Amino acid sequence: MNLIEVKNCYKVYNNGVTAVADLNVTIGRGEFVFVIGASGSGKSTFIKMLYREEKPTNGQVYVGGVNVAKLRNSKVFKLRRKLGIVFQDFKLLPKLTVYENVAFALESIGMNNREIRPKVIKALENVGLKDKMRSFPNQLSGGEQQRVCIARAIVNNPKLLICDEPTGNLDPDISREIVSILEKINSEYGTTIIMATHDRETVNRMKRRVLLLENGVLASDDKEGSYKAHESN
Amino acid sequence: MKAIRIFTRGIRDSVKSVIRNFSLSTAAITCSSITLILVAVAMIISYNVKNITIDLEKELTIVVYIKENALETEINELRNSLTHMSNVESHEYKSNEEWKLEMKNYSDTFNTALDYLDDNPLLNSIIVTVKDVNFLKSTTEDIKKFDCVKSADYGEGMAENLVSIFNVVEKVTIIIVLALVLVTAFLIGNTIKLTIFSRRNEIEIMRLVGASNISIRLPFLFEGLFLGILGSIIPILVTIYGYVLLYDHFNGHLFTQIIRLVEPFNFILYVSGLLLIIGAVIGMFGSYRAVRKYLKI
Repeated sequence: MNLIEVKNCYKVYNNGVTAVADLNVTIGRGEFVFVIGASGSGKSTFIKMLYREEKPTNGQVYVGGVNVAKLRNSKVFKLRRKLGIVFQDFKLLPKLTVYENVAFALESIGMNNREIRPKVIKALENVGLKDKMRSFPNQLSGGEQQRVCIARAIVNNPKLLICDEPTGNLDPDISREIVSILEKINSEYGTTIIMATHDRETVNRMKRRVLLLENGVLASDDKEGSYKAHESN
Repeated sequence: MKAIRIFTRGIRDSVKSVIRNFSLSTAAITCSSITLILVAVAMIISYNVKNITIDLEKELTIVVYIKENALETEINELRNSLTHMSNVESHEYKSNEEWKLEMKNYSDTFNTALDYLDDNPLLNSIIVTVKDVNFLKSTTEDIKKFDCVKSADYGEGMAENLVSIFNVVEKVTIIIVLALVLVTAFLIGNTIKLTIFSRRNEIEIMRLVGASNISIRLPFLFEGLFLGILGSIIPILVTIYGYVLLYDHFNGHLFTQIIRLVEPFNFILYVSGLLLIIGAVIGMFGSYRAVRKYLKI
């Protein structure tokens, strides 16, 4: 069974803008997929529908067999516990240390401290930040902050990692570092990764599956896509 | 176990938040303290007025004077009818001899004056207490209809007016108390709204990592509860010390011996308990409204 199945999905915002039209996508377990497209192409809407930040106007979005479109507000948290989300702006809490920021995700879902500690340390090891766990976010570089955000996203061993332009605020070298961490997570744990990005260099180098959205429509779905191929079209 | 953890975490987070947003919490606590003090004052006035009204109502009796030449049967008939009147609580026969004795005891002047008289100039009477003061007048009219009745009087005018004024005062204080309670709930709700805004990043992350709604809401509900309870501490102290001082200062009476204040003990404890409950309830209510309105989850 596929991890993600999007069928005939439409999203029309209240102001009449159609963000996504007739989208059909399936993503299997363990895949690493880039979602690219210009600003306003529906990329973010698509990503947000996966973690039920937005509800499709029409059609179905299955994530792990659950129809997200029909998920009640009060049940959304059950979906969110099964996936990790990485943001462009990191969304770290400034008053908490690195360790506390990662632990916060587990505390929020009511896990007890004995279980939390080893999981947090493992996640920080995976992103190479174990020695900085007592630092505060403002003492870290952008790349390190993004790694904390990734650690927080993977700490609960999700099956799916959703990354919304994770390298958008970072310079190319650091971006490469972030993507290699994601790649490692993908290959080591078999975590499915969906990454929305504008980063041509990364997409071209990685040679992974690429979904191209244009004006809310899926324009192409290449197994080993790259930016250049689309630009020449 | 998990429920307990969410619960204790809720309490811990709310205490943290009250301390962390110190200025905001102080503002909310001060506001609710002031309102609750006013509520306490209103409650004390209202309760005292009610007490005074009850006292006054007890004093309100109809004195029925019986004609000198009335026959025993007629008097008995009158007493029987009084027993059956719907608005009559009780009635008591007081002979002229009893009146005489009472007056003699009252002062020496009366004593000597009455001694000079061979006959007793006073009239036999019946003292009637009524159930409902509002029908005092009509009951008096009814009693006047009996043949053997010479006159039937009550403290016309004055007493009635006092009772009706007190009724109005009582109603007004109740309305003021209710209005103040609403204002306090609104203030606490507003404070919670500000804490929600100041913690919106935290809430957003909690939602994204899959915290359940109850564990997101609980800290705010507790925070409202704490603010309400903290806000009621000063009013409670003010009530206890203030009322005892007031009572001692006036020696338990206001202006005249007739107007007795309610005794402080038990009464202030009851008012304090009520203040604590009002504080807690409006705190919870205010934060519940804010959470419902600003935590769309």
